[in-house]
Parts: sequence; C-alpha cells; structure tokens
Amino acid sequence: MDVTALLLSRIQFAFTVSFHIIFPSFTIGLAAWLTVLEGLHLATGRPAYRRVFEFWLKVFGVAFGLGVVSGIVLGFEFGTNWSELSRASGPIQGPLLSYETFTAFFLEASFFGVLLFGRSRVPPWFYLFSTAMVALGTTFSAYWIMVNNSWMQVPVGYAMENGAFVPTDWVAILFSPVVWVRFPHMLLAAYLTGAFCVAATGAWYLLRREFSAEARIMLRMGLYLAAVLVPVQIFFGHLTGDYVHDDQPAKFAAIEGRWHDEQPAAEVVIAIPDEASQSNAYEIKVPVLGSLIGSMSFTSREVGLTDFPPQDRPPMLIPFFAFRIMVGCGLIMLALAWAGSYLVAKERIEQNRMLLWCIFLSFPLPYVAILTGWFTAEVGRQPWTVYGLMRTADAMTPFLTTRLATISLVVFCVVYSFIFAFGIFYIYRLLRAGPVASLVLPPVAARPNRPMSVIDEPSHVATTAARDTAPRHVPAGE
Amino acid sequence: MVMFWTFLLAAGLLLYVLLDGFDLGVGILFGLAPDEAARRSMMGAVAPVWDGNETWLVLGGTVLWGAFPVVYSVLLSAFYLPLLVMLAGLILRGVAFEYRMKTERLRWIWDAAFFGGSLIASFMQGAAVGALVEGLPILNGRYTGGELGWLSPFALLCGVGLCIGYTLLGACWLVRKCEAEVRDLAYRLIPALSIALLGFLVVVFVYALAENLQVMQRWLERPILFIFPLIGAAATLVLAYSVRHRRDGAPFFMVALIFAAAFGTLAISFWPYIIPFSITIYEAAAPHASLAFMFWGEGLFVFPLLLVYTAVTYSVFRGKASATSHHY
Repeated sequence: MDVTALLLSRIQFAFTVSFHIIFPSFTIGLAAWLTVLEGLHLATGRPAYRRVFEFWLKVFGVAFGLGVVSGIVLGFEFGTNWSELSRASGPIQGPLLSYETFTAFFLEASFFGVLLFGRSRVPPWFYLFSTAMVALGTTFSAYWIMVNNSWMQVPVGYAMENGAFVPTDWVAILFSPVVWVRFPHMLLAAYLTGAFCVAATGAWYLLRREFSAEARIMLRMGLYLAAVLVPVQIFFGHLTGDYVHDDQPAKFAAIEGRWHDEQPAAEVVIAIPDEASQSNAYEIKVPVLGSLIGSMSFTSREVGLTDFPPQDRPPMLIPFFAFRIMVGCGLIMLALAWAGSYLVAKERIEQNRMLLWCIFLSFPLPYVAILTGWFTAEVGRQPWTVYGLMRTADAMTPFLTTRLATISLVVFCVVYSFIFAFGIFYIYRLLRAGPVASLVLPPVAARPNRPMSVIDEPSHVATTAARDTAPRHVPAGE
Repeated sequence: MVMFWTFLLAAGLLLYVLLDGFDLGVGILFGLAPDEAARRSMMGAVAPVWDGNETWLVLGGTVLWGAFPVVYSVLLSAFYLPLLVMLAGLILRGVAFEYRMKTERLRWIWDAAFFGGSLIASFMQGAAVGALVEGLPILNGRYTGGELGWLSPFALLCGVGLCIGYTLLGACWLVRKCEAEVRDLAYRLIPALSIALLGFLVVVFVYALAENLQVMQRWLERPILFIFPLIGAAATLVLAYSVRHRRDGAPFFMVALIFAAAFGTLAISFWPYIIPFSITIYEAAAPHASLAFMFWGEGLFVFPLLLVYTAVTYSVFRGKASATSHHY
C-alpha cells in the first residue's frame, strides 16, 4: 500500500484514539468505585475504606490527567485531518460533542480539582458529592461519545442538504436503539476494567502478603462486581452483534470470516482469512452455528463478503482476529471472575496462590478486549466514515500533504510514548508502594509548633474530628 | 439563534483566554522561579483549576464545530501545524502537574515541560490569532494557503504579544494567590510586562496602519469602537495604582479587563465576519435544527449551571494558596 496522507491520517487517528481510550475506560469505572468507597467510609467509618480510597485516588489522578490531555487532541483532529467530514457532519456531530463538553468535561474537571486538593476545604458531604459528580461526568462523556460514534455507524435522523448532514430528528439520534446497545456495552467494559485492575492489585498484595485488609476489600469488591457484570456484558455484546448483523452486513461477514453466502451458515471458530483467494486457510467450523448466532434460526441464509462490490468491502483480517481476541478475553475474565468469587465466598482464595497469580496477571485483559472491540467496530466500518454515506477517502482534509501528516504522526507518537512510559512507571510505583505509604499527618498549619509526626492512622481517621481537621496525605516518595 | 451562539462562542473564548491565560502565564513565569519552594507555590496556585480552565478551549472547539461547522473545518485544517505544536505543548505541561511530584531525580524534565509547554502553547495561540486578523487565503469556503500559509511576521509578532499578555495575567494571579517571595517576584515583573504589552499593542497598531489592513479601515469608519481601547487605558491606570499600593486582589481583574477590552476590540472590528473578511457568521452557521438543539439544552440550562459550579469550585480554593495545602 502506498504511504499517503490518507493512510497516515488514519493511522494517526487510530493511534491517538486508541491511546486515549485506555485511560477513560479505566477512570470511568474507577470514579464510580471511588464514590462507593467514599460513601461506605462515611456510612461505616471504617478506616480501611478511606485508605483504599486515598490510594486509588492517586492512581486515578495520573490516569485522569493522561485521559484529559490525550482527549483534547481528539477534539481538534476532526478539523485538522478530517475537515471534509467535519464540514459535512458538523451540524450533527458538532452539537453532540458540544453537549459532551457542557455536561461532562466541566463536571469532571471542576470537581476533580476538589477531589485532589479540596478534602480539607469542604465538608465531608460535599466531598462525597464531588466524587459522585466526577463519576457522573465520566458517564455522560461515554454516552455522548457513543451517540456520536453510533451515528457514524448507523446514521439516523438526518437529511442531506448541499452536501451536509442536516439533523431532522434529534430524538431518533439520541435514542437510537444502536446507542442503547453500544453505550451499555462500553460502560460495562469500563466498569470491568476498573474491577479487574482493582482485583488484580488486591491479588498482588495478597501474593506479597502485604496490606491484607485493603487487599481483601479490593479483591472481594472487584471479583464480585466482575462476576455479575461479565455475563451481562456478554449479553450486550450479543445485542451489539445483532445490530451489526442487521445494519452493517458487510462488517458482520468480515467478523464471521464468511466469504460466500451460506444456508444454513457455519460459524468459523478460527482460521486465517486470505483476501487474495477469498477463502480461509486452516479453518475450524461449527455447522449451523453461524445461522443460529446471526439470525437465531437453524436454516437462515447468511451473506458473505463477496456479495458486496470490492470497493464497499471492509478488510477482513483485522475485524476477524480483533473480534476473536475480544471474545477470548471476555471468556477468560468470566472464568476468573466466577472461580475467584466462589473462592472468596468460601474464604479459600488466599490459599489458592495459582488463582491469585492468574487474577494478578489478568489486568491487561479488559484493555485488550476494549481495544480489539473498537478495532472490530471501526475497521469493520471501512471503507466508510459515515456508514454507507461518506467514504473515509472523501472525509479527509483535501490539501493535507503527506509531509504534514508524517510530521504530526511522528510528533504524536513521540510525545505519547514519552508521557505513557512515565505515566505507567509512576502508576506502577504507586501500586507497588501500596496503600500504607499514604501516611496521614496532622495539618502543618494547625500545629505549627509540633514536629511533623506520623499519627497512628486508624485512631486518627476513625473519628469525625480527624476528618474535620483535615489530615494531609504524603506519599512515601516525597 | 445565530446571535446567541456567536455570543456564547465569544464569551467562551474570552473566558478561555482569561482563565487558561493566567495558568499558561504562571507556567511561563515558572521558568523564572528561583527555587523549589517558589516553583511549588506557583504550581499550587493553579493546580486545582487548570483542568477546568483548559476545558474552555474544548468548549470553544466543540461549540465552533456544532454552531459554525464551516469555520471549524476551515480554521483547524488551515492551522494544522500551529495546532499540532500547541497540543503537544498543552499535553506536556498538563502531565507535568501530576508527574513532577512523583519524582525527584527527574523533576527537571517536568519542570522544563511545564515551562516550555506553556510558552509554546501560548505562542501558537497568539500566532494563530495574528494570522486570522491578517486574513487567511480562502477560496470557495476552503483554505488555500498550504502548509505555512498562516506564517507571517505579523503572526509571529502576535505570538510574542500573547506570551507577554499571558505572563502578565499569570503574574497578577500569583499576586492574588501567593505570598512572600513569589508575590514579590510577581510584583517586580508586572511593570515591565505591562510596558512590554503596551509596546506590543502600539507596534501592532503601527504595523496595521503601515500595511493598511482592512481592520484599520473599519476602525476609521466607526469611531465609536474607540470605547474599547479607552476602557483598556482606564484599566491600565487602575492597574498601575493597585500595583504601587500592593493591593493583591486588584491587578488580576484590571489585566482581565484589559484583555476583555482587547478581545472586544478584535471581535467588533471583525463583525459580522467570523473569518475576516471572507466568511460571515450567517454564512457559517449550522442549520437551525442544530442551533436550536444546542440552545434548548446546553445553552439555556447546562451553561448557567456550569457557571454556577465553576464559581463554587473556584470559591472552594479562594484566598491565598499555601504551599502546604498541596495534595502531594
């Protein structure tokens, strides 16, 4: 393939958006969990909840910062690289994104400041409220993004006027059935990411025989949540597949690895699709299952990719493999969540070091699943940007040169690699240090004549008075 | 509807310039901080609010896309390189807030990133505005200037000018929020920065006259516009008075007023053009269905609510920010 401004722009968008999604998918779930923890602490007064909260808040801070700075880029990229798309779809996509700014970004950003710096300046209920507002903001953000992307996948409620998409029915756009399948799918994915990261950290501490009180809270809450949510997620995944089957048959054929029409259709479990010969090598198939999954029938005819003219076909390789990796990750997470929850309930998990190791090492799974899920959705939409209406090639800034596109791609790769490497390293150090490193010191200003001494934390935090006199938190690294 | 969104866009951009202006300015001043205590104090003065401030930029971008998609499409593609550099700068300075306290040995990297990122982002914003004022080559509603069509001595001059302006705003913020050493440093810098800013404005004026830019003709046609420079001049006098008498609260609002006056001057001289002098707000506006959808939700309800809680969070962090109240 020639290296063109178009290809470079696609790589750049894929790279920047993939980089970005890692952080929100973690912080959406974590924000909700922090709200629960803060609520539990206020309700029960158990200091361990507060320690877990403070610990994860620090991790949240780094991840949230990376999400914010990488997200700003995306708001501009539509204009810089995809000016024809932004001109044509602006009347629909622009208002949706502006709603995200108004309802989500400001909520997150304003109350995030309170979360990090305001503990000593606001009453406990307001602090809990701020935590909830950050969580609400992240959720709104996910909703608007999913509305936006779902409109590009299955455009509804528009009319074409002078080459632009003019909105005719906002209700249809906001409450499109596709949105209400894909938004829960994304939200659940984010909650599962948070759950697995928390559970993995808990497992890690138990393996190291450290911070056992906090580790048990993390492991128990993470695994229980995952045990409930993974099956729900698989159900919403199936519904997502249904909309692809009905609205984007070419993408569905690519995901299924089906080159030609079949009746009844078999399900390709694994194979190596070959675009040149339009067939699969090393294929393992289950007869009839393809019809069952696609149409809930034993006899239905399912379309193959070759039904579509070559210029309207998505590439098969990426959607085919990305989808299978996503499903594989989901199944492993299901097994871990159920086995882990069972042993936690039986209070035998700490003896089963093998399973603890598996849970510890499982934290990349939700990220891999989210990324491959998005690869499936986005690459499968090709060659369209707005499905069936606007081709990716026509969406690009017409005068963008290969040189300019190369420069920006290199700059983003360098800057992102740099901040990502440090970000991951700092998060790793925070996690390794663990919750106990967060010492609670008396506020310096309140006790000017006393040397800063480490107060025995449980007795200090357990009292409401301690909350009101605003303890100060200092990580060990300072 | 078109008028409403024009005003909201203008208000959003002005708020961005004022709010992120001061924290970018603090970032530039950060390069002059004598020691770690001063650096920490400067960082602490903006750390709780910078994220919200930067969100106004995103608001500007998304409202522009939603309400004036043609302008979004033309300007962002025209300013490909300046935006790239600005975004890189904003990213590096943004992560510095979280990263610098996580390390001691490599803290200098993030200190450099905070200073350099703030400086380069400010410069690029100024350069883009300068290029916009000078006029971009546009044919049939599409930019035709090529990779460096925006680049000109005037644009670069405006880049420098905005850096000076932001630094002044930042110095005034530090006067408000900090004590002792940092406050004194800021007070020492304000006169020089103010004079530099005035000098810059004079140079811009002379340059505009010399080049006979279209903006100047509009000014001579409508003398009433001179009200804005007069407001700016009055604010400058109060600024001088408050600096001389060390009124910590006042300078920031005076410089903000100068900025607002300059912004008003700019906006009125373009009216009704949104890209001077080729696309008007009416030509660029999105269909009524888009503007109305935005108006009945975010415009009428969410926006006032947002102003309220932004004010609430600012009031949580009101008063002097002591270095010890820092989270880390």
